[in-house]
Amino acid sequence: MDLLTGLTTLAADVPDPAGLLPARQQMALSLGWHIVLACFGVAFPTMILVMHWRGVHRDDPLALVLARRWAKVSAVLFAIGAVSGTVLSFEMGLLWPGLMGRFGDVLGLPFAFEGVAFFLEAIFLGIYLYGWGRIPPRRHLLMLVPMALTGIAGTFSVLAVNGWMNNPTGFRIVDGEVTDVDPWAAMFNSGVLWQFLHMWVAAFMVAGFSIAAVYAAGMLRGRRDRHHRLGFTVPFAFASVAALLQPAIGHLLGSRLADTQPAKLAAFELATETESPSPLRLGGLLVDGEVRWSIDIPYLGSVIARNSLTAPVQGLDTIPLDEQPPVNITHLAFQSMVGIGTALALLALVYWVARWRGHDLLRPEARGGTWLLRAAVAAGPLAVVALEAGWIATEVGRQPWVVYGVMRTTEAAGNASTALWWVLGASALLYAAMTVGAVLVLRSMARRWREGDESLPSPYGPELERVEEQRR
Amino acid sequence: MSLEIAVAAALFTGVVAYSVLGGADFGSGFYDLTAGGTRRGAELRRQVDHSIGPVWEANHVWLIFVLVVWWTGFPSTFAAVATTLAVPLVLALVGIVLRGSAFAFRKYAATVAQARFFGVVFAASSVVTPFFLGTVAGAIASGRVPAAGEGDPWSSWTGATSLVGGVVAVGTCAFLAGVFLVTDAARAGKTGLTAALRRRVLVVGLVTGAVVLAALVPLHDDAPTLWTGLTGRALPLVLVSFVAGTTTVALVAVRRFGPARWSAVLAVASVVSGWGVAQYPWLLVDEVTLAQAAGAPATLQGLLVAVGLAVVLVLPALGYLLWLTQTQAWSGAPEAPAVSAGPPPGPGARPRRR
Repeated sequence: MDLLTGLTTLAADVPDPAGLLPARQQMALSLGWHIVLACFGVAFPTMILVMHWRGVHRDDPLALVLARRWAKVSAVLFAIGAVSGTVLSFEMGLLWPGLMGRFGDVLGLPFAFEGVAFFLEAIFLGIYLYGWGRIPPRRHLLMLVPMALTGIAGTFSVLAVNGWMNNPTGFRIVDGEVTDVDPWAAMFNSGVLWQFLHMWVAAFMVAGFSIAAVYAAGMLRGRRDRHHRLGFTVPFAFASVAALLQPAIGHLLGSRLADTQPAKLAAFELATETESPSPLRLGGLLVDGEVRWSIDIPYLGSVIARNSLTAPVQGLDTIPLDEQPPVNITHLAFQSMVGIGTALALLALVYWVARWRGHDLLRPEARGGTWLLRAAVAAGPLAVVALEAGWIATEVGRQPWVVYGVMRTTEAAGNASTALWWVLGASALLYAAMTVGAVLVLRSMARRWREGDESLPSPYGPELERVEEQRR
Repeated sequence: MSLEIAVAAALFTGVVAYSVLGGADFGSGFYDLTAGGTRRGAELRRQVDHSIGPVWEANHVWLIFVLVVWWTGFPSTFAAVATTLAVPLVLALVGIVLRGSAFAFRKYAATVAQARFFGVVFAASSVVTPFFLGTVAGAIASGRVPAAGEGDPWSSWTGATSLVGGVVAVGTCAFLAGVFLVTDAARAGKTGLTAALRRRVLVVGLVTGAVVLAALVPLHDDAPTLWTGLTGRALPLVLVSFVAGTTTVALVAVRRFGPARWSAVLAVASVVSGWGVAQYPWLLVDEVTLAQAAGAPATLQGLLVAVGLAVVLVLPALGYLLWLTQTQAWSGAPEAPAVSAGPPPGPGARPRRR
């Protein structure tokens, strides 16, 4: 799909810098990979906090076991999230010298605050991980609080940059020069609040549904003990609240688009021409300028996008061709996000309503329990798909602009291309290897825990034990 | 002090901190790589794991701090360096990625064979990465990055100063790491390991010292601006570095490991600061000065707010973490009892069903 993105925007008639296509693919690969890890970095500490709190304050050893295992999992995810985040900070300069050279001092400040937040998270993660049994329990628990807070601050900062790219402000362009830079105005741009909330809540959906899915899979295999119930319920509860809030936040974020980014909205809604009232188009593709295979629901487009029964969604025909995003990708990505998000919210609703009415679907003998668990297993990967789709929708929907209405993506890219293709090939291998390594290691951790091995051996464990015995 | 100098000072403080703290982590890879076979190297590798495990993640963030302050405070030079020095930057980046992930993977690997594989990746990339970062510093210091960027992709970083920068970076990292590792080993009472490490640190220290001295020779022709600075304004720092380095070797030789840590840090911090002072006021030597490269004043002010926040929030936390690792507090067994409150659950608490 990312290859398509590149090809579609390259269709413009201006000659593009040679580095554009590989730069786009590289950014898509590395950011698309990192964003999943970032969700765990943001949301996982809060869930560990709740689990650990339960262990300490309710004297629940099982909760402590879970908190400690989750901390180890989060250490692995945090490590690869940190390095993939470093990749991104190099890439800002390597791939987009035009953007960073001109706007680095406009957009950079939030990154500095993100750096502070990330610093704190890394420090407290180190203290927390290695503090088990070494710091008094209550103080040890407190070490998680800064991690939960820095998740919020970090998300806000990164989304401030993205919000600025979508709603640029805090500078003027006089005779082609960037002047009157106000980094605070750029940071607190009009888009940041809702974009931040949307992403922060999404992080809880991704992490919550993914972790719950692991325990749901275990329960499907018959391991319906208290350990699995607790491991499922806490993340699922977080994910449920997030999934139920998300449609409202998404709606508020989306209703800004009619004013701020009509081209993106038109692509989301597949509105080829301005209709009053506008229908909601489910599915469908734009083929030769015609909408095909869509299911149109009258009025609903206006209601959802404009909060009105009559207000129209501005059509693509009002937007010059060279300022339109790749319509089909944007539309399909947007609808995938909304569709999956709705399904996840329904799943959460079904589970909690059933539980409230006395049907505990996690009990082995519960009717419908198997189906719920299967859905919960699917919810993990689906939440990741929705995250990626939402990210594609907002980023591809912004094209051809890197800074909306100010700088085209073509102007941001550099001229090196051969080198960038090599780098892209190498990174694809590198990311594949990291994915394999992470899956391998996480699976082996789970397996050993199932076998009752609580403290994993040190890197050269079994051999080391023998060495020490020989020495004695 | 003008705004841009204040921001540059903060930026360079980050470079020094990364060289010292990150450098010690990277250098551990050298000992890990040369520790010998699985059996013989087990104790040393366990020490490496124990020593850098809690801190490497935090120490790594200094690099991100440097990059972010750089592109925000001096945006056009960041773009210029990124386009000209793409090759060593990408190679360093690959090293950073492999190292970080492999270190985490090794800790939780399933089998000894896997741990060995991840361990080799971690250790090799730990040695390679500082080399390429050092060549980047050398390229900037020898004036090979044009202000507009797009300099020669190869010759810009393969000059004598760059290669010297790379070798010195690898050597200083290994020296620093060795001093920290031998201190940790001595504090944990591992006499055999302490003796072995001590010998190797002495060799690494003497070799690195010789390389740094010999490295000054090619600088005279290859990087005249830097040379003038090193032998002029930065001379006191160069001398401090020499004295501190020599003192460190002597302290390690007489087994005074605790104080050796401080003189080792001083030696590395002053050699890196010497580079910064020597090339002042240039950001890209002979091309762009700090003042010319500075971004908008409002942004520089904002950056100083962020730096102030970091001083207030990050430094105490980092201090607490380093205190925990560098004192008796955490020098016990790497794995504490399974659960701090209550007994570990036996098989009865978690029935295993298939």
